[in-house]
Amino acid sequence: MTRIILLLLVLLVGAGEAVRGVRLQADPDRGPIRIGFLVPLSGGLAQNGRDILNGFLLYLEEIGYRAAGRQIELIVEDDEGIPAVGLTKARKLVESDRVHLMAGTLLSSSGYALAPYIDSMKIPMVYPVVSADDLTQRKRSPWIIRTGWTGSQPNHPFGEYAYHTLKLRRVATIALDYAFGWESVGGFQRTFEAEGGQIVQKLWTPVSVHDFAPYLAQISRDVDAVYALFLGRNALQFVRQYEEYGLRGRVPLIGQGTTTDEHVLPFMGDEAIGTITALHYSGALDTPANKTFATTYRARYGKVPSYYSESMYTGGKWSVAAIEAIRGNVEDRAQLLDAFRRVRPADLPRGPVELDSYGNPIENVYIRRVERVNGELQNTVIHTFTRVSQFWKYDPAAYLRQPLYSRRYVPSVTE
Amino acid sequence: MGERDGKGAGLQAGPRGWADLQVGPYIVAAGLAILVVAPPFLNSYWVGLFTEILIFAMLAMSLDILLGYTGLPSLGHAGIFGVAAYAVAVLSTSYNAGFWACVAGGVLVGTLLSAAFGLLVSHVRDVYFLMITLALGMVLWGLGYRWIPVTGGDNGISGIPSLEAHAGLPIEGAVPFYYVAFGVFFVCAVAMGLLVRSPFGFTLRGIRENETRMKSLGFNTWLHCYLSYVLSGAFASVAGVMWAYYNGYVSPTYLELTASSELFLMVTLGGPGTLIGPVFGAGAIVLLKNVISGVTERWLLILGAVYIITILAAPQGLWNLGRLRSRRAGLRASASQGTTA
Repeated sequence: MTRIILLLLVLLVGAGEAVRGVRLQADPDRGPIRIGFLVPLSGGLAQNGRDILNGFLLYLEEIGYRAAGRQIELIVEDDEGIPAVGLTKARKLVESDRVHLMAGTLLSSSGYALAPYIDSMKIPMVYPVVSADDLTQRKRSPWIIRTGWTGSQPNHPFGEYAYHTLKLRRVATIALDYAFGWESVGGFQRTFEAEGGQIVQKLWTPVSVHDFAPYLAQISRDVDAVYALFLGRNALQFVRQYEEYGLRGRVPLIGQGTTTDEHVLPFMGDEAIGTITALHYSGALDTPANKTFATTYRARYGKVPSYYSESMYTGGKWSVAAIEAIRGNVEDRAQLLDAFRRVRPADLPRGPVELDSYGNPIENVYIRRVERVNGELQNTVIHTFTRVSQFWKYDPAAYLRQPLYSRRYVPSVTE
Repeated sequence: MGERDGKGAGLQAGPRGWADLQVGPYIVAAGLAILVVAPPFLNSYWVGLFTEILIFAMLAMSLDILLGYTGLPSLGHAGIFGVAAYAVAVLSTSYNAGFWACVAGGVLVGTLLSAAFGLLVSHVRDVYFLMITLALGMVLWGLGYRWIPVTGGDNGISGIPSLEAHAGLPIEGAVPFYYVAFGVFFVCAVAMGLLVRSPFGFTLRGIRENETRMKSLGFNTWLHCYLSYVLSGAFASVAGVMWAYYNGYVSPTYLELTASSELFLMVTLGGPGTLIGPVFGAGAIVLLKNVISGVTERWLLILGAVYIITILAAPQGLWNLGRLRSRRAGLRASASQGTTA
C-alpha cells in the first residue's frame, strides 16, 4: 500500500511540473522578459556565486526590474559548481522556463560544458566571470557574450609592469593547479620573460590544498618576488602562511587579482599589506561610477563589492542596454545577440568596456596595492593600463597559432 | 481490537502475507507504461530528466548487484561509470571514432577496468571493501583531474557528437534519445533481473548471508564476488556510455566521491537487494534535486531531511517498506488466527 502511495506521490509531482512546462510552452511569447541565471549557491563556491547574484540583483532593483517597457523576470538556479548539474539546470531554464537569455556560471569547466548546448539552442548567454582563455580564442562560441575577462588578460601588462616599474628580474610563481592558474601564470611569464625577466621556479598546488607549508618550504629565497594565484579560502591561508614562514618583508608578494580580491580581503590582516596584484576591477577604484556602485552595494549588502559583485552588475547593465537597443524585442535572438556585440554600456564601475571581434572585452587593467585606509584594507590602484585586449600587443592571428597556456606552456627555462 | 486488526491485515496481505508479490508487478507495469507512453507529451526538459533518471537507474541497479545482492559496499562505482564516459569522449573527439567503436570502446574499457580492480578488491569484505573501492575511485578521479593531455583536466572534454547524429539515426532530439536510452535501460534491466534470479544470483545472496557456509558447501566465493564485481562494472559502463552521449561532455566531477556516494544513496534509499528499488531511488533523487532546487535555495536541507526520514522510517529502503509491513502483518494475522483457533 505504502508503495502505491509513494508511487502516486512521485507521479503527481512529476505530472504537475510537466503540465506547468507544457503550459509555458503553449504561451505565446508576450509578457515579461525571462532571464535565466546560473551560479553555484551551494558548496565551496557559494560565496562567490552569491556575490555575482547580488551584483545582478542590485542592478535589477535599480531599474525596477523593467527594460524597454517590459517586466524582467529573473529565474535563478544553483549549478553547485558541477558542470553536469549546470547543464541540467540550463536545460531546465531554456526548455522548461523558456528564458530569452541566460547569464552566469563561475567555473571554467562549467563554461566549457555549457558552450555546445548554448550554441545548439541558439540562446544568448552572458559569461560575467568564466575566464577560460579559449572560450573567446581557439574554441569560440557565437552565442556566448563574455563580459568578464580572460585569465591571462591582466597578466600580460602586469608582466611588463613587474619588469619595468617594479624592477623585478627573477620571480617564482605558486598557483592553483588548474586552467585558471596555468593561463594566468602563462600570461605573466610570457611578457615578463619577453622583457628580459626570468621565472626561476613554478609551483602548482592542488585546488583542494589544505596546508601550504610544504610549498612555502620549497620556494626559492633567491628571487625578487613571488607571484601567487589563489582565491577564496586558499587565498586567506596562503597570505597568512606566507607571513608565518617569514617570507613577508623578505620577498615581496605579487599575483593575480583574485588573491587579494575583495571577496577575501576583508578577512585578511596586516599580512596582506603591500601585495601588488593586477585585475580589471578594484573595489577602491576612484571613479564616480564605481564610488556610486560601491556605496549602494555596501548599503544594500553590508560589505565591500568584490570583482564578482561587479561582474554581474556590469553584465546586467550590458544585457539591459542590449535589450533596449532592440526595443525589448528579445524574441528575435539573433538580433539580441547582435545588440550585445554592438552596445557599449556607459558608466560601468570598472571603466569603459567594448567587445573585440572575438567576443572578449577590451577594458582597463588596474595594478593594485593592498593598503590600509581608514582602518580597512583596500586594493589601491597604483597604475592603469587602458584598453587592454585579450591579445595584449600581439597580432590576434599570430597569438592564436600559439598553444593555449598550460602547465607546459610557457615552458620554464629551468625545465 | 487486536483481533480485528489482525483479520483486516490478514485479508489485505492474503493467505501467505506476500501482498507485495501481487501489487509489485502492477506498479512495475504502470511505471513501464508511463515510461513508454508519456515522453512524447512532455516538455523536452522533462524528457531530459526522465532520460537522466533512466541512466542513473541503470547505474544504481548495477551497484545493487554488488551492494544489495553480494553485500559488497562499493564507494568507487561512479569511477567505472566515469571511465566509460571518458572513453567515449576521448575516442569520439581525439580519434574521431565511429559510433559503434565508441560504444564498444566505452563498455570494454569500463569492463576491463573493473576486471583489473576486481582482482584487488574481491578478497576483502565489509568496511575494507568500502575503503579499497573508495581509494580506487579517488585514484580514477586523480587521473581524470591530472592526466591533462588525455582528459583535459579540470576543463573536461566537450564536443562529443550527439548520439542520434553519431549513430546515423534519421531523427534527432530529446525524445528519440530518450527512447534509445529506454531501450538500453530495458535490455540491461532484464539482463540484470535474469542474472539475480539465476543460480549464480542465488549464490551471491548466499555469500551475502553467510560466506563461510557457502565456502563449506564448496562454492568458490572469491570467484563469485569477482564476477559480480566485473558484471556490475560492465552494466555501469553501459550507463557511462549513455551519460557521455546525453551530456556531450565529461569532467572529473563524474568520478568524484560525491558522485559515488549519491549513487550509494540511490540504492539504499530505494531498497538494496531488489533491483526495482534502486530505480525508484534514482528517480526520487533526480526529481527531488531538480524540482526542489528550483523552488527554494535551501534545497539541500530538504534533501537531507528526506534522507534522514527515509533511513529512520524505512531502513531497508522504500521498496522494502511495503514488503516488511505486509510480512509483519501476515505474521500477526497467522499469530492471531493461532490464538483464536
